[in-house]
Amino acid sequence: MTGSVAVGDTPGSRTRTGIAPVVDWFLVAASAAVVGTLVRAVAFTPVEMRQGPAQKIFYIHAPAAWVAFLAFGLVAISGLLYLWLRDPRLDRFAESSAEVGVVFTTVVLITGPMWGRPVWGTWWTWDARLTLTLFLWFVYAGYLVLRGAIDNQEQRARYSAVLGALGALLIPFIHLSVYLFRTLHPQPIVMKPGAPSLPGEMLVTLLIAFASFTLLYVALLRARYRLAEARGALAYQEGGDA
Amino acid sequence: MTPNALSGAWLIARKDLTIELRTRTAFLSALLFALLAIVIFYFSWDPTAVPASDLAPGVLWVIFTFSGLLGLHRSFGVEQQDRAIDGLLSAPVAREAIYLGKALANLVFVVGIQIVAIPAVALFYNVAVIPVAPALVAVALLAAVGLVAIGTLFSSMAVNTRLAELLLPMLSLPFFVPVVVPAAQATAKLLNGRPMAEVAVWLRLLGAFDIVFVAVCMLAFPFTIEE
Amino acid sequence: MSAEGAGASLQSGEAAASHIVRQPGHAGHAVEAQGLKRAFGRRMAVNGVDLRIHAGDCMAIFGPNGAGKTTLLRLLGGLLKPTAGSAVVGGVRLPAGDEARGAVGLIAHATMLYGALSARENVEFAARMHGVRNYRDAAAAALDKMRILNRASAPVRALSRGMQQRVAIARAIVHAPAVILLDEPFTGLDDAGASALTMLLTTLKDGGAALVLVTHNLAEGLALATHVSVMREGRFARCDERSAIDATRYQNDYRELLSHDA
Repeated sequence: MTGSVAVGDTPGSRTRTGIAPVVDWFLVAASAAVVGTLVRAVAFTPVEMRQGPAQKIFYIHAPAAWVAFLAFGLVAISGLLYLWLRDPRLDRFAESSAEVGVVFTTVVLITGPMWGRPVWGTWWTWDARLTLTLFLWFVYAGYLVLRGAIDNQEQRARYSAVLGALGALLIPFIHLSVYLFRTLHPQPIVMKPGAPSLPGEMLVTLLIAFASFTLLYVALLRARYRLAEARGALAYQEGGDA
Repeated sequence: MTPNALSGAWLIARKDLTIELRTRTAFLSALLFALLAIVIFYFSWDPTAVPASDLAPGVLWVIFTFSGLLGLHRSFGVEQQDRAIDGLLSAPVAREAIYLGKALANLVFVVGIQIVAIPAVALFYNVAVIPVAPALVAVALLAAVGLVAIGTLFSSMAVNTRLAELLLPMLSLPFFVPVVVPAAQATAKLLNGRPMAEVAVWLRLLGAFDIVFVAVCMLAFPFTIEE
Repeated sequence: MSAEGAGASLQSGEAAASHIVRQPGHAGHAVEAQGLKRAFGRRMAVNGVDLRIHAGDCMAIFGPNGAGKTTLLRLLGGLLKPTAGSAVVGGVRLPAGDEARGAVGLIAHATMLYGALSARENVEFAARMHGVRNYRDAAAAALDKMRILNRASAPVRALSRGMQQRVAIARAIVHAPAVILLDEPFTGLDDAGASALTMLLTTLKDGGAALVLVTHNLAEGLALATHVSVMREGRFARCDERSAIDATRYQNDYRELLSHDA
């Protein structure tokens, strides 16, 4: 069984002569939107008074956090739908959302200290939201390692769905634990700009940032999903499990 | 008379405990690990900087989670050999009963370790547990239930994967956090003689976690063993 | 071992399990399947199997590796859910609910035994899990039928593979199932074990159980079977009544069929 693998019109699909150079225009547009947002944030948004230029990392940090949690919520929901409907496409969606989501989560965990060090003098604060994001990262990691450890497609989908659903349920409990911990162990008050009280220009930039990051998430998800589809089709052709 | 869910669970729990009693390796290793860790932690501690009543809870609960994991791992290992699980699956017993039975056996295992480890910590770290014993027992039991609820479910998954021994701790530990944090905090408060009201808030969180996750894990279990 | 003794044990086990609700089957078929299918991913392991087996029949299923025989047995045994099609096994429609499962005894490659427990404990556990009331007697009788009662107290892992197989068989029949599914049960049995098994299967057949026997051993299969079939690529390539075929010719045809697949 050799020769070309017909996987439809997916960009980048293998042909007899090699990988077709097709450009994912949606991804390009979304990336441009994000870059544009960052340019606006750096050059065209006022500098915050107390924190200085370092505060601008917030325009990456907060939207990335939003996407990180959104992505996992979708992992959990598509997993539950899979357990009900048993459609492999739902599992592929979950897999894609998880891989994209963990990247955004990592961005949150990196930009957090980058923001914290110049502003508050420490690399890491056990800030409630940052801690929650850290645990989200661990749950993502466990999810992806679990997927990597199972060869059988059906079993992998089933187990991932269970873990995804439980992981989503865990997040509120972690939040509660950390919140109780912090209220019962008062820590130095940490400054954080509340979103609603941001002056006009900064709020607009922030909202644009949320929108463009979400757009980037969708674009990356789409690209990753197509890769999962292609892999599945290839595995089927070669006679193995998808 | 086909066994109903509870008697089926009881049969399975008894069977698991009989097997563990015969072989004893998992329990003894977990116990030895716990005692060793308790002793080693002692030597990493500066008693003038941190009072024993602040250190002991952390040590205790970290050790419970890790030695508990040793026991949880063998829970489904015994079913995987010779595919004994198929025997359970073809019997007229509810899947949830299988989960309950195994969780019960695991609970006995974890509580067994607690029965040895808590007095050991009291002895080596010179903390007074007797005055707060009833509350401490409540904390220990509530936490054990939480650990076992998660661990039994994840053990059934991990045993069917490539990296079983590595995967079980990796999956379980994030889920143990809402158990370990309240348990350690409650224990610290008890040992420091804080009022019960401060302890109660942690107990409520533990209780909520237990109720939610025992139910959810029991519901999720059939998906992990049936194809 | 008298047929009376075996029959009596069969009856007591049956009486204990008799209140399990059984659907009235079609004209006394113990096993009936229509268009049974099971997919793994996109691969059809079982691709449309129809069968009808009466109480007291033994269907032998031959076939090359990968034909789907084990998957078929696991479907009939309730360990797998069908992707499509329907089956009624021992009066119970599949997929069986919790209460109704257990009309089947399954003997597979793996022994499904707990190594640390004794043979007696393993079989008693299985009996109790199936709701057999006098589980101690039933277990002893089953072990005796497989001539392993004398080693009943030793931990199973101390027994040889052949002896473990005997215990596994005792375990499978202790609750007097109406349908017995056997996946290459003669593997690992010495002559004494094989003859004990053959006698046991004949007794069970005469007692009204329906047997489905997957085996590579044509001689043994043909000796026990009332119906024979060959499975290939998920479905039956041929299906005959034992009385209608000539053993030698069948074996030659079968060998030829296999050589096509090699």
